[in-house]
Amino acid sequence: MTEPVNGSVRAPVLEVRGLTKAFGALVASKDISLDLRAGEIHALIGPNGAGKSTLIAQIAGELMPDRGEVRLDGQEVTGWSTAARTRAGLARTFQISSLAMEMTVLQNAVLGALGARGKVMRFFAPALGDRALVERAMAALEAVGLQDLAALRTAELSHGQRRQLEVAVALTLAPRAFLMDEPMAGLSASGSRRLMSFLDGLRERAPILLIEHDMDAVFALADRISVLVNGEVIATGSAARIRGDARVQEAYLGEEACAGAGGEGRGEAAP
Amino acid sequence: MGVRRETMVNALLLAGLLAVPLWALWADEPFTITLATRVAILALAGVGLNLALGTGGLVSFGHAVFFGIGGYAMGILAFHAQNYTPLIEAFSIPGTRSMPVIWAVAVLASALAALAIGALSLRTSGVYFIMITLAFGQMFYYFTISWPAYGGEDGMSIYLRNNFPGVNTLVPFNFFAISYTLLAAVLLLVGRLMRAPFGLALSAARQNETRLRAVGIDPYRLRLTAFTLSGAITGLSGALYADLNRFVSPSMFSWQTSGEIMIFVILGGVGRLFGPVAGAALFILLEHFLGGISEYWHIFLGALLLGVVLFARGGLIGLLAGREVAHD
Ligand SMILES: Nc1ncnc2c1ncn2[C@@H]1O[C@H](COP(=O)(O)OP(=O)(O)OP(=O)(O)O)[C@@H](O)[C@H]1O
Ligand SMILES: [Mg+2]
Repeated sequence: MTEPVNGSVRAPVLEVRGLTKAFGALVASKDISLDLRAGEIHALIGPNGAGKSTLIAQIAGELMPDRGEVRLDGQEVTGWSTAARTRAGLARTFQISSLAMEMTVLQNAVLGALGARGKVMRFFAPALGDRALVERAMAALEAVGLQDLAALRTAELSHGQRRQLEVAVALTLAPRAFLMDEPMAGLSASGSRRLMSFLDGLRERAPILLIEHDMDAVFALADRISVLVNGEVIATGSAARIRGDARVQEAYLGEEACAGAGGEGRGEAAP
Repeated sequence: MGVRRETMVNALLLAGLLAVPLWALWADEPFTITLATRVAILALAGVGLNLALGTGGLVSFGHAVFFGIGGYAMGILAFHAQNYTPLIEAFSIPGTRSMPVIWAVAVLASALAALAIGALSLRTSGVYFIMITLAFGQMFYYFTISWPAYGGEDGMSIYLRNNFPGVNTLVPFNFFAISYTLLAAVLLLVGRLMRAPFGLALSAARQNETRLRAVGIDPYRLRLTAFTLSGAITGLSGALYADLNRFVSPSMFSWQTSGEIMIFVILGGVGRLFGPVAGAALFILLEHFLGGISEYWHIFLGALLLGVVLFARGGLIGLLAGREVAHD
């Protein structure tokens, strides 16, 4: 909250220390340490299967690490449930949209607002008649440009619109930190630009740990970048540093360039 | 649009369920009144199950437990009242013939049972949940069979219908009116609950548990609450059913009873507020008319169920009102 505005290092909101997770012989997270500081967008990049989503799942509490710890605002939350972490201020979006598909767009957002408020055991007054809930939900939908689709069933949304709704639901939570797993995947070019400029401003409300494959977006947005390869963070630093890092070039970015501008850039093995 | 259409279908159902016994009253057809009363009471049992199964996605194959507890609450209280023996010797607490008191005991006892059963079985899901609830049902069934104090296997008869202040409950239409009013009141309450924050979150727990956790809500407490309320409603219906027949027996606890309650829900439309009303009405109509033609009428019921499951997931309400539309 009260980080030095002009200081170059702000207090970490989220800290990951020595996180390790194996699926049988596959080590999906190898002794990962990183932090997310107030006011920043920290991008997490890496080829397919590097372990990015697995890391987010451990931070969010869906997956228990074998070793290591997660701290939110200095408090260790490693053993907490997902719901408890969310209430403590972690909001995530899913790589594969995870929404209540039979509900309307508005209801999904209201569900987020309800979670943020925490008073779920209310049995009589309609949720959608609650001004405070609906206003909070509508504000989030407007922020991502879904306000006109509020009454639509979520199942009827396009893939890209579902991604936007994911972000809107996270917004209703007004969290201390955002975890976003490829929020721009599947968006149109204009939708992607719009979300980029939105995230650009959002970092001042709460920092964002952002997984993203689009390198242009990453270099445009990120204050810092961490590169994950085979479950290991091989480099963390500013965009300029990461661009110039030989290991990163070799492991990831070089192939990115080979794959062509704006291409999938999914880091297939190149000879 | 769809909302209004379903509201209209619901209103017609409710009106129809009232019109039939009114006509029967005029035409002096008491048996028809009894049929309508059965529909109202069994619909209430279904409304209870539908809250767990339809809204909460909790496929309970043990709701006969609550139906039976409601029934035995009535049976035991009235048994002591008619025999002038105290219910609990040590405190000389008497039985009672008062419906409101019986209902309160039935609701409380079945809610407690649902709370306990839910607390244990909601730690599982899917097939395991179905099996555990079924196992609880069987436990209660065999317990009542081997419990001689209240008739054991034979069950017990209550000679007079219980009392309701200011109403002659022996008049068939009066007892119908009581059952119908309770059904309508519960429908009103459950309808509100489904739109309230609790209902929204419960429905989200069914649709996508991961999403619910990711907005900071734990599904367990929601489900346990829903299961408890659901058991309480089905328990109330059991007490009424026992009063309708003036008879309770272990068969109220049988898995066939659980199955029938589930059939009301599926026939009428899983998760639709008035689904169990439509389902119970259809069931009783089939039983009455087809049952008169052949004692193997369950074959037709089976075929109908198959048709609903394969081609009309929304059940009768879905056919009449179209796909469910989210509430305003
Ligand atoms: N539950 C699981 N059980 C076994 N292996 C898993 C499990 N979850 C992930 N993995 C494996 O762990 C590795 C990391 O997967 P993860 O989804 O985290 O990669 P990612 O970096 O998010 O990739 P992408 O860019 O494709 O989203 C993969 O090899 C994956 O197959
Ligand atoms: Mg991933």
